Amino acid sequence: MNDALLRVRNLSVDFGGHAALSDVSFELYAGETLGLVGESGSGKSTLARAILRLLRAAHGSVEWFGQDLLTCAAPVLRALRRDLQIVFQDPLASLNPRMTVGDTIAEPLRIFEPGLNGHARQLRVAAMLERVGLTPAMAARYPHEFSGGQCQRIGIARAMILSPKLLICDEPVSSLDMSIQGQIVNLLLDLQRDAGTAMLFISHNLAVVRHLSHRVLVMYSGRLVEIAAPDALFASSVHPYTKALLAAVPASVPAAGHAAAPAALVERFAAAPPASGCAFRDRCPYAVAVCETTVPPLAEVVAGHWVACHRSHEALIPLSFPP
Amino acid sequence: MTPTLSIEDLSVSFSQRDASLEAVQRVSLAIAPAECVGIIGESGSGKTQVFMAAMGLLASNALARGSIRFEGGELLHADAAALNRVRGSKLTMIFQDPMTSLAPHLCIGTQLAEVLVCHSGLSWRDAWSSAGRMLERVRVPDPKRRLHQYPHELSGGMRQRVVIGMSLMCEPRLVIADEPTTALDVTIQAQLIELLRIMRGEFGMALVLISHDLGVVAGLADRILVMYAGRIVECASAQELFRHARHPYTAEMLKCIPRLSGPRLARLPTIAGQPPRPGELLEGCAFAPRCPLAQDRCRTERPLLSNAGDSSVACHFPLPR
Repeated sequence: MNDALLRVRNLSVDFGGHAALSDVSFELYAGETLGLVGESGSGKSTLARAILRLLRAAHGSVEWFGQDLLTCAAPVLRALRRDLQIVFQDPLASLNPRMTVGDTIAEPLRIFEPGLNGHARQLRVAAMLERVGLTPAMAARYPHEFSGGQCQRIGIARAMILSPKLLICDEPVSSLDMSIQGQIVNLLLDLQRDAGTAMLFISHNLAVVRHLSHRVLVMYSGRLVEIAAPDALFASSVHPYTKALLAAVPASVPAAGHAAAPAALVERFAAAPPASGCAFRDRCPYAVAVCETTVPPLAEVVAGHWVACHRSHEALIPLSFPP
Repeated sequence: MTPTLSIEDLSVSFSQRDASLEAVQRVSLAIAPAECVGIIGESGSGKTQVFMAAMGLLASNALARGSIRFEGGELLHADAAALNRVRGSKLTMIFQDPMTSLAPHLCIGTQLAEVLVCHSGLSWRDAWSSAGRMLERVRVPDPKRRLHQYPHELSGGMRQRVVIGMSLMCEPRLVIADEPTTALDVTIQAQLIELLRIMRGEFGMALVLISHDLGVVAGLADRILVMYAGRIVECASAQELFRHARHPYTAEMLKCIPRLSGPRLARLPTIAGQPPRPGELLEGCAFAPRCPLAQDRCRTERPLLSNAGDSSVACHFPLPR
């Protein structure tokens, strides 16, 4: 994993003067699965869309095989997108209700492999449907005839039919029921193993991200606050936000009696984060004066473990759980 | 002792063009005063519709049969005037999205005070000061000032605190919380569950917690009902359910929850297949097509909920305790 496939540098996105994404930098390596966690509104989906140039970045660059995706000419971008595919959160809304499932999955082939004749295309679609656990006969049906989990398989089939080098999954299992989530996670693991596709996997479900990621990015209020391998992150997270996030995951098995849920964070009253310094400081139990004035830079605390916190080098007392 | 809510043989179906879809099938349950009951099920399992029927909030094409009694009085097919004597005061509901359950054009104080003005006949002045005290009780900081603020000025977690406060204004006997934390982040979710626990202690009301997330229900509920395809398939104490699930669906579902420990990058356990579509008619057990233990009898004969002490299970071949 030496050569970065994707190199994101200082990526920032503004929505009407509000910074949705600030100075995001990271690399994604070939064959790697990068997990991206954070609360809603933290900028996870904005990052996915900015990388694919589905929305305009204020500044920064996204380097992909020597080309900057943000500045390259439209025809170049179009050709490059063949290798950059995305699976969206809402499986039904991301399929065209008036196209058959077969046409939906065949559309990328029509665009990028125009030389392919109808019969060959049909064979590719049939093979792909089987690959994602559906049957070739389903190609003639419409999205509304399928369940949420099946629609997500169709979305994955459309994204994978061109064998992309990078698959961005934006909360692909969040809208699915517990018994179906695992089916989709397993499918993604299988596809990745067979095709070697790199993945950016966005989710607010920490257990799922831990399960399939090689490295995890933690985002808060449009900035990356921690980057680490899952084992390091889940065993010894450094940023107070990550710690609180992990402490808040409900136990999957109830403890004896009714254990109190940890309430480690100060809960914010206002809808907007503070405008200066660290965006987390108004909820952080460890905030000090410097946090009010200066945005903490992302710094490497241990090899491969990056944290954006002014107090990352101190041994902070563990988060207490006030009543 | 009269149960706070008692539902008997409730079925809810929706007429759709020429078909009729059965969303809830012959559900019976009772909720004792001050009890907390968790309702677990996947989307489409009918868990919300049971309580929408109790609140008189079913869609216009719904047909409900059976009986729903609140403190002895029949709610099903009661007229609006009779419903409104308990609904919103003694029997209240908290919905998933705190943004859509608050009116965007009214300040927090007005929305909270209105409950007392309408249901208890208080003056606006008295109701307003009660509203302030309620914000304090649901741990909203600086309550006097917050009364004058509008929903969009509040974070999602604070909005849900206001909604919880609103549901408690008339000291209800039963609060139904339908996925109260699903729209919120995990850090906020933990704080709201903690708030519900504290409020239960302070107000002594019964609480129904509807969720697809076992983790949310686990810490709070005395008893958990598991629903599948419109029916209750298992009922047990939280401890009992997690330690010795007896219905294969419950057992399989527990295995599916991804953990924060254990091996990574391996295949996750799953339940093969899909839940039946609404309206799909199955002769036997609705879980039989996906059940690893299903036998011929399961495909022809529907299992009934059988009582065994405090727990019950609807399965021909339940797992040993």
